[in-house]
Amino acid sequence: MLRFLTRRTIGAAFILLIVAAVTFFLFFAVPADPARLACGKVCPPETLAQARHNLGLDQPIFVQFVEWLAGIFVGREYEGLGHCPAPCLGYSFVNREPVFETIIDRLPVTLSLTIGASVVFLIFGIGTGIVAALKQGKPLDKIASVSSLVGASVQIYFIGTLAMYFLVFQWQVIERPRYVPLTEDPIGWAYGLMLPWVVLAIIFTANYTRMTRSTMVEQLGEDYVRTARAKGMSGRTVVMRFALRGTLTPLATIFGIDLASLIGGAIITETTFSLQGIGRLSIQSVTNSDLPMLMATVLLAAAAIVVLNVIVDALYAVIDPRVRLS
Amino acid sequence: MTAVTFTETGPGRRGDSFLSVQDLHVSFSTEDGVVKAVDGLSFEVEKGTTLGIVGESGSGKSVTNLAILGLHNSEHAEIGGEIWFEDQELVGASRGTLERLRGNRIAMIFQDPLTALSPFHTIGRQIGEVYRKHKGTSKREARDRAIEMLERVGIPNAKVRVDDYPHHFSGGMRQRVMIAMALVCDPALVIADEPTTALDVTVQAQILDLLKDLQDQMGTSIILITHDLGVVAQTAHNVLVMYAGRAVERGTVREVLGTPRHPYTWGLLSSVPRLGSSVDVPLKPVRGTPPSLLNPPPGCRFHPRCDYRNLVGPDLCSTEQPELSPERGHGDACYLTLQQKQEIHTQLMEGR
Repeated sequence: MLRFLTRRTIGAAFILLIVAAVTFFLFFAVPADPARLACGKVCPPETLAQARHNLGLDQPIFVQFVEWLAGIFVGREYEGLGHCPAPCLGYSFVNREPVFETIIDRLPVTLSLTIGASVVFLIFGIGTGIVAALKQGKPLDKIASVSSLVGASVQIYFIGTLAMYFLVFQWQVIERPRYVPLTEDPIGWAYGLMLPWVVLAIIFTANYTRMTRSTMVEQLGEDYVRTARAKGMSGRTVVMRFALRGTLTPLATIFGIDLASLIGGAIITETTFSLQGIGRLSIQSVTNSDLPMLMATVLLAAAAIVVLNVIVDALYAVIDPRVRLS
Repeated sequence: MTAVTFTETGPGRRGDSFLSVQDLHVSFSTEDGVVKAVDGLSFEVEKGTTLGIVGESGSGKSVTNLAILGLHNSEHAEIGGEIWFEDQELVGASRGTLERLRGNRIAMIFQDPLTALSPFHTIGRQIGEVYRKHKGTSKREARDRAIEMLERVGIPNAKVRVDDYPHHFSGGMRQRVMIAMALVCDPALVIADEPTTALDVTVQAQILDLLKDLQDQMGTSIILITHDLGVVAQTAHNVLVMYAGRAVERGTVREVLGTPRHPYTWGLLSSVPRLGSSVDVPLKPVRGTPPSLLNPPPGCRFHPRCDYRNLVGPDLCSTEQPELSPERGHGDACYLTLQQKQEIHTQLMEGR
């Protein structure tokens, strides 16, 4: 296990380095000049040069990258802004806010959105999948199949906008979604995010229903499930302890991917519900040519994928003792 | 070996046999029609004896035994007839009743121990949970019991191996684990469904010896489902030969294997190679293939494959279904006279 983790951690760091480098160099391939944006509409050449110097854009790209990289580990000195302690991701080109602090500030919104929606879609998705598998071919199974197909087909910007329009503005059954820190007001936190959770869950539930159903049907036909019944285990034990266990591996796989993409930022969801999370931050940083912010959001998304991949792989071995980590 | 143990027949349960199957029917509805997997089967098992059920694949052996435990999906399978076990009627018994019997009074050993054991749980847990469920003991006691059972079935170093997973064991060892799991609650009846088919021959003998030893120690009754006549000869007291969902011959091992009376049993026996017989004489398999149970042949189900039907007389074999007779002792379902059967068998034996 330890060897596995060490090896995978080194691999993960390497991947992140490549992602960072590619993003960094791609940024400069785009014909947009952040200095000009920072400089404003009327921009005399000397102000432009000053802005370029302030943003560090007057140095060779490679040097800029190395400085940026070094900042993460040892911190960095900025003219006029002073020392930025490690882990330093620099200052936003747009508003001169420290990037690291901004990310830390926005992350709770995205995490709250992710965790809440995950709880909803895991419970409903797996629950519906189990029921559908047990009632295979019955009306309940068909209802589950059809509704999961519908759920998988709708898009956030469609259903989210509809929900906002009818539930929030037209009928006013629920307040406009907003983020209240969990530590301040747990009930307000859940209430404020309820609508985005449900809307997000509608999209994701379908995958889990279908995956659970198909794997469960397979598992229920396995010999060892029959053995469990032949041992006198109750119907519930047979399903929950034996058949469900076999469905956990594929579920962990898709959950790892979904979780990573949600942490990386639910861009459309956050935009639809006006939540200030990582997703909006990343889209803003792209439109603003805000390199340090962009690097940070891309790196966060990549890190979420890489780290969750390692966790899922380690989880396989926990779920299924036949899996060897090597 | 005990003498003939089949008692008076009659509707309802009998006095002293503790498992009695009467006129069992099991059919499955499929897209193509209704498959009558078992069609009017009756047999009994006495306490402490082994009944070997022999027949080709698809003859209804396993289906019968899954029916005893009520393991068929009630939505797909229709079960008729009676199954009496220790004063209880099992056909149509409640789920709770069946759950209390399964693993406790009646246990099952399956063919392939690799797929029949859960890959996700340690063997100690799998054995222990049966004991916990039926005896209501603590985890600790269940674990101790699991270790005791593993020692009993000859797993070396049981105290350590109890925490291993099935894939850590060899095929033979896994089947021992399966047997330990089946016997953990001291069941009165063990149904072993081809317990040695997935094992190599030397291990096969060990497993059969183990089952025999355990039967001697605990007085368990065993139903041994197999297609291997050698296994039957070695372990069973009584034999039931099944063909296309019906019993075609039954009796003690000595009777059925020594003086078989049904053409199908002859066919089975002459397709077994013998030590000492000339290698130049080819084995004689039963010609033809087993009938489709969707649409079984009328009359005796074996008649399309039978070499002796013209000895019986016009059309009887293809119109009337023969019943197992006599009703007690060595019985067979064939219209040939007893004398014809003896003569044909003697000829067959000389020809080998």
